[in-house]
Amino acid sequence: MIKVENVVKSFEGRTVLKDISVEFGTGQTNLIIGRSGSGKTVLLKSLVGLHDVDEGAIYYDDVCFSKLDFRARKDIRRDVGMIFQGGALLDASTVAENVKLPLDLFTEQSEEEKMERVNTCLKRVNLEHAHHLYPSELSGGMVKRAAIARAIVMNPRYLFCDEPNSGLDPQTSIVIDNLISDITKEYNITTIINTHDMNSVMEIGEKIVFIYEGEKWWEGSKDDILHADNQELSDFVFASAMAKRAKKASK
Amino acid sequence: MFKFFESIGKYTLLMQKVFSRPEKRSIYYRRIWHEMEALGLNSIGLTAIISIFIGSAVTLQMAITLESPFIPQFMIGYATREVMILEFSSTVVALILAGKVGSNIASEIGTMRITEQIDALEIMGVNSASYLILPKIVATVFFFPFLAIFSMLIGIGGGYGIAVLTGIMNPMEYIDGLRYCFYTEEITYALTKMVFFAFFITSISAYCGYYAKGNSLEVGKASTKAVVVSSIVIMICNLVLTQIIRT
Ligand SMILES: Nc1ncnc2c1ncn2[C@@H]1O[C@H](COP(=O)(O)OP(=O)(O)OP(=O)(O)O)[C@@H](O)[C@H]1O
Ligand SMILES: [Mg+2]
Repeated sequence: MIKVENVVKSFEGRTVLKDISVEFGTGQTNLIIGRSGSGKTVLLKSLVGLHDVDEGAIYYDDVCFSKLDFRARKDIRRDVGMIFQGGALLDASTVAENVKLPLDLFTEQSEEEKMERVNTCLKRVNLEHAHHLYPSELSGGMVKRAAIARAIVMNPRYLFCDEPNSGLDPQTSIVIDNLISDITKEYNITTIINTHDMNSVMEIGEKIVFIYEGEKWWEGSKDDILHADNQELSDFVFASAMAKRAKKASK
Repeated sequence: MFKFFESIGKYTLLMQKVFSRPEKRSIYYRRIWHEMEALGLNSIGLTAIISIFIGSAVTLQMAITLESPFIPQFMIGYATREVMILEFSSTVVALILAGKVGSNIASEIGTMRITEQIDALEIMGVNSASYLILPKIVATVFFFPFLAIFSMLIGIGGGYGIAVLTGIMNPMEYIDGLRYCFYTEEITYALTKMVFFAFFITSISAYCGYYAKGNSLEVGKASTKAVVVSSIVIMICNLVLTQIIRT
């Protein structure tokens, strides 16, 4: 469980997150949705401590993460996996080395054990043949999938994904969405996903938080979202022509 | 002015983070080897070319300038040796390495910063500053003095070569000059300087890259800044160390 209490974050006098409080449950896929520039990435980075919040607190289960110092945070971070908007694989290392790095640094396993774990993770994301390739030799979707493999290699208890399927074709998007959702269920992870893809929302949105210009505007599940009585949310949800048609048909 | 002190503070804090206890030694050893190759071995060619040309040019210049019946010919060899050991092979080579290695480090780390690779390391619980920067500092501090020795040998050899080739002076006198009044302290002094230069080049360039912001334009600026600042620091450091060690 991750709990956010009255978080405020501003950059050079411009407030980007305005008093956000929300709770993300364990073993479910929590989605943060909102338009581009609404503050999703800033919120996610604040949750993991890449931005320090100005006010408010962030709890990982019972621990108040935002009050911990650098060293104490490191212990929690062993349990954190994160997928960045751009993948953020290390350019100088191959896919396998990228995935193996956390194992190298934080475990005492033998080389065979580590490679076995790396292979398992790469298989999960269908990348077992991309072992020896460098990030510059991968397609955008492969980068995302390699990043997922790296994020799950240590069996994290908390998984953060910043737009895991932006820039991917609809089919691959669904594969990745389902993959994240499966892992969440299988290992009982607290998963938080940033997205503006309505397909993901309808597919895996167990808990959805709608951010509008830095404020929490609405929260609920994918079953409520179509009937929510909220102008900005409806504008967001029914922006695509297909969603509009679907709504008409359901009436 | 305030910004200057702020930068020094930030730089000091970064160095503190760099020198905090490493995560796991075996990984660091591997990275140090890798950096020695990338930053040290790969600079040998450049050092050799520049040293051989400067060494022969200095000898030629000296031979022309010191052409007088009152100055013994071996003084040319002596002067070449002093120039190479005392200033060229440490200070000038360091300036050249600041251009090559410094810009390389700043752009590499800067790119990692703006593509969130550093954030990704932090999320894993890695001390990114130490993981990325410490191996580079250790590798250059260890390797650059060898480059300096190498440059001295090649430069002095170049002077001998030009004496033989042009016949502008007697090569045997050149050798006599090399031996004249030779103190090993001069070498120690040059190598000590090089250790400091290596540290400043690497740490300053890493600092510029580590705090790069924004896009690839900024990475370019960071790498220019790395070269400019480390060159200035090398010059200042050269004066200070000369004052301290040689007097
Ligand atoms: N490091 C920063 N410094 C200053 N302002 C920032 C910084 N990071 C983000 N912002 C500002 O915060 C606002 C929210 O940005 P954010 O990246 O969270 O958007 P987002 O919701 O993730 O958008 P997208 O869907 O396009 O990724 C933007 O207006 C941006 O200009
Ligand atoms: Mg974003």
